[in-house]
Amino acid sequence: MNGFSLKIEKFLEILIERGGYKEVLIGLQNTVLIAVAGLIIGTVIGTLIAAVRVLPKYSKIVKALDGFCSFYVGLFRGTPMVVQLLVFYYVMLPLMGIRMSSVVVAITVFGLNSGAYISEIMRAGILSVDPGQMEGARSVGLSYTSAMMKIVIPQAIKNILPTLGNEFIALIKETSVVSFVGAKDLYLAFQSIGSGTYEYMVPYLAMAIIYIVIVCLITLGIKVMERRLRKGDRK
Amino acid sequence: MTENNKLIEVRGLCKDFGDNKVLKDINTDIMKGEKVVVIGPSGSGKSTFLRCLNCMEDPTAGAIIFGGENIADMSVDINVHRQKMGMVFQHFNLFNNKTVIENIMLAPILIGKKNLKKQKKDNLLIKLHLKKGEVIPVTTSVSEITANAREKAIELLKRIGLEEKADAYPSSLSGGQKQRVAIVRSLAMDPDVILFDEPTSALDPEMVGEVLELMKDLANQGMTMVVVTHEMGFAKEVGTRIIFMDEGRFVEEATPEEFFAHPKSERAIEFLSKVL
Repeated sequence: MNGFSLKIEKFLEILIERGGYKEVLIGLQNTVLIAVAGLIIGTVIGTLIAAVRVLPKYSKIVKALDGFCSFYVGLFRGTPMVVQLLVFYYVMLPLMGIRMSSVVVAITVFGLNSGAYISEIMRAGILSVDPGQMEGARSVGLSYTSAMMKIVIPQAIKNILPTLGNEFIALIKETSVVSFVGAKDLYLAFQSIGSGTYEYMVPYLAMAIIYIVIVCLITLGIKVMERRLRKGDRK
Repeated sequence: MTENNKLIEVRGLCKDFGDNKVLKDINTDIMKGEKVVVIGPSGSGKSTFLRCLNCMEDPTAGAIIFGGENIADMSVDINVHRQKMGMVFQHFNLFNNKTVIENIMLAPILIGKKNLKKQKKDNLLIKLHLKKGEVIPVTTSVSEITANAREKAIELLKRIGLEEKADAYPSSLSGGQKQRVAIVRSLAMDPDVILFDEPTSALDPEMVGEVLELMKDLANQGMTMVVVTHEMGFAKEVGTRIIFMDEGRFVEEATPEEFFAHPKSERAIEFLSKVL
């Protein structure tokens, strides 16, 4: 046990006195930033795709859009996140001649990827709303788009909030692969602390604890949001 | 009756669901101020007929002429016409994510804002000589639209005695209250006609009365109504014309006095013997 407390001492020394906490804070910031921004972009993309996929398929334009959306979802669900990061960073960007910081790359890929997953969650959410809600909104003269935006999607989001929270938690944890393209996340911060002393036990344990704490906080946040959104429900 | 009194003209209306022909060549005119009550056995196409009138179901063939346009034509902006055709549903279809007053104000505010935006855009285009026409000065504002909508909503809620429920959500209302709110929601757009799709069928028996009372009230004020219902008492008392439907056709059309006293077709006699 003596050895373990020695390791903790050493870890705390690097963390506090030699400025290791700065790296951890940057890592924490990037991890949260990538996950939050990814979730927001993903929700927007996912909602758009879901809205297209529930459209009645009368016209050719809708059919073409629907085909494109299925292709998109298939593409992003069919490859691992790491592969998408690597392909985007080492293939797409050089081909297009664009320079981007690795954090921006990570946010983009996470947004595109979660968009594919969220679109399916959102589609289920939209289908779970009573069709009478759409009819009621159309009967007073609202357009399909307004009815969708004002009435159906808000109710769909309420229904899928627990699942959306799950997606957010998954995103937070998946950020641990962004170091593949050089983005400084939590994993990279603790890895560099460990590599200073070749002593990884305590840094990785601390990293695990931080992840758990973040996820617990998110879970709590979702519960609060759910309670607020449920105010219109049967008591 | 003169041509001007025709509110809705139905010409050769057909509706198929796959191979199932639900409506077969229906022709009728609905006049201003008329209270048309549509009755018939279940599966006879009553609700489908009603839902075709505001194109909630797209007719397979035929024309629905309302406001001088054939609204069954897909190129017509149906939303503009639906503002003038209120609809009341069997299951109320109040917006669950909005409070009672928001339910009533939603359409007037959204549509008011949309028209305001369009007017401003048109004016700009005319000023830039990109469009012909005259600049119509903008006389309203978003806050005025909202204030007017709220005032009207409160007035409507007072009329049904539910002003204290303005900020409640629909889930906390009884069935009868929900349906009365749904009726005034359709009134918020000042419609020319209201379509009722079995408005009392999903209600507890003790709540049917309050909804019928409100409908009678509307009828007395001269509102044009098309009502699909199983309430024969209401049909007799309020209706000015009874349409008896069976198998996708109008089997009989008559005044209530005539229809209930001397039904002509065998199918109507059989139906009435069961429901009365």
